Amino acid sequence: MLDNTLTIAGRQFRGYFNGPVAYIVICIVLLALGFFFWTPFFLMNHASVREMFRLLGIMLAFAVPAITMGLLAEERRSGTIELLITMPVREAEVIFGKFLAAIGLLGVLLACTLPYPISVSMLGNLDWGPVFTGYLGLFLQAAAMAAIGLMCSAFTENQLVAFFVGVAICLPLAWLFGAFLPFVPTGLLTSIFEFVSFDRHTEAMTRGVIDTRDLVYFVSIAGFALMVAFRALESRRWS
Amino acid sequence: MSDVMIEARGLTKRYGPQRALDNASFEVRKGQIVGFLGPNGAGKSTTMKILTCFIAPSEGTAKINGHDIWENPLGVRASIGYLPESTPLYPEMLVAEYLEFMGQMRGLKGAELGKRIKKVVDETSLGEVYAKEIRALSKGYKQRVGLAQALIHEPPILILDEPMSGLDPNQAQEIRDLISDIGKSRTVLLSTHNLSEVQVTCQRVLIVSKGKLVADDTPSALTGRGRKRYVVTVTGDRGASAKDVAAKVRDAFGKLGDVDTVRETSAKGSEVTVEITAASGGDLRADIFRAALAAGAVLLELRTVGANLEQVFRDLTVAPAAAAAADDEDDDSSAADDEEDE
Repeated sequence: MLDNTLTIAGRQFRGYFNGPVAYIVICIVLLALGFFFWTPFFLMNHASVREMFRLLGIMLAFAVPAITMGLLAEERRSGTIELLITMPVREAEVIFGKFLAAIGLLGVLLACTLPYPISVSMLGNLDWGPVFTGYLGLFLQAAAMAAIGLMCSAFTENQLVAFFVGVAICLPLAWLFGAFLPFVPTGLLTSIFEFVSFDRHTEAMTRGVIDTRDLVYFVSIAGFALMVAFRALESRRWS
Repeated sequence: MSDVMIEARGLTKRYGPQRALDNASFEVRKGQIVGFLGPNGAGKSTTMKILTCFIAPSEGTAKINGHDIWENPLGVRASIGYLPESTPLYPEMLVAEYLEFMGQMRGLKGAELGKRIKKVVDETSLGEVYAKEIRALSKGYKQRVGLAQALIHEPPILILDEPMSGLDPNQAQEIRDLISDIGKSRTVLLSTHNLSEVQVTCQRVLIVSKGKLVADDTPSALTGRGRKRYVVTVTGDRGASAKDVAAKVRDAFGKLGDVDTVRETSAKGSEVTVEITAASGGDLRADIFRAALAAGAVLLELRTVGANLEQVFRDLTVAPAAAAAADDEDDDSSAADDEEDE
């Protein structure tokens, strides 16, 4: 079971670096992050990377769908899905393998941002505890988004469709819901917005607090989206 | 366990109200190369996708190497090497990487994997392009890479969906030889709409039309079903004019029992060539000889043109009214057909 998953994940992960996608996404994220993070940094006069986590959380809403859009859509378009599925593997192994490859690449992407907290720690007195938990929160968020992106990729043969639908789901969760919160009348709607917003769940972690509810939230989102992706992949048998 | 490797029972696949496959049942035995013939959209690919457990039938079931497609899809997939239509590969991978990946997916690893890769690379003559990117390969080489991945785990059964489409005649010949070679030790089900290919490669032919299985026989038995044609060249005895001879022999041949049509195909100098189509499968050669002699003509040449698979295929897969029209067409173009037959 694990063997097949890892084989699929390995091929996909290497595929990312054989093509341009991984490099483009990592470059754009680092460039944008550099611009938006350092410009106001010196005005704050405070050695913290919480702003970086906030910015990354929003950028991931574009970066993750870009990474996941091709995972199944491209295999469907080119027909390679037929060979992949007719190997002696389970659909679940295909889904998990693809998911692992995507979060592996996202891990690389997050690792590439490490020079930021390192630079900050050289400029001032940085508390590394919240940095560590912040990265954990961001990684969980990225994983949940990757599952959502994979789900979108499972429904279409068109990578662009998968990308835009992925952004359309991830961006509100990562940013819009939270940003609109002050304008929503207090009541049920605010509770829902607060509950589903990614930034509400990563916020505590950027302060160094790990809350099980936040972990459960991200794992549930990922689990649900992967389940839907699995069903979508399986549904071809009956169509 | 018997030597039935593929056993399909009442396979039906509906897409909405349309039946892509309608109650198809057949068996394929060990060591056979079976050609799966049919016009485009007749249900060939659908059948193959069902047999490889890529899609599920609406009704019916199949057993592959003893594994039921419903109960043990993984067992089915493990027994099969599959080449889907249009040979989907990962273009950005090297041939070496691709075969390694497919081997791993088949559960091979380490020295065993290396050995198998080496073997299929030899079998499919991929050595030259082993370190190249798949996207850079010619269609023929891509096809061989597809075959190599289907062979890597030495499956007892190969299912090949149009393995020779889009290849030039030389490439097709190479792939054909390769498949014949493979077929010596394995069971092969291959789909195609190239009839000469089937005649050369396959021991058995299944013909599907509009989702239904319409024939299941050996290629020679199928062609035997068709009507025989005789091409006769005669000349007049000692200076009789070609016209005279032609009229006489046409008349004489027409009077033979069991003859459907007699048609003059060419007249060069004093030589006249006539084509006779038999009404049934009996042998008319002796009668033709005697009739020619009786008409005062000298027989220069007499040969039978076996009904070709194309004709049989058309008879089976085209609706009756259309078949009649196609038959007329066939008469018009039969001079060209003959040349092919030679």
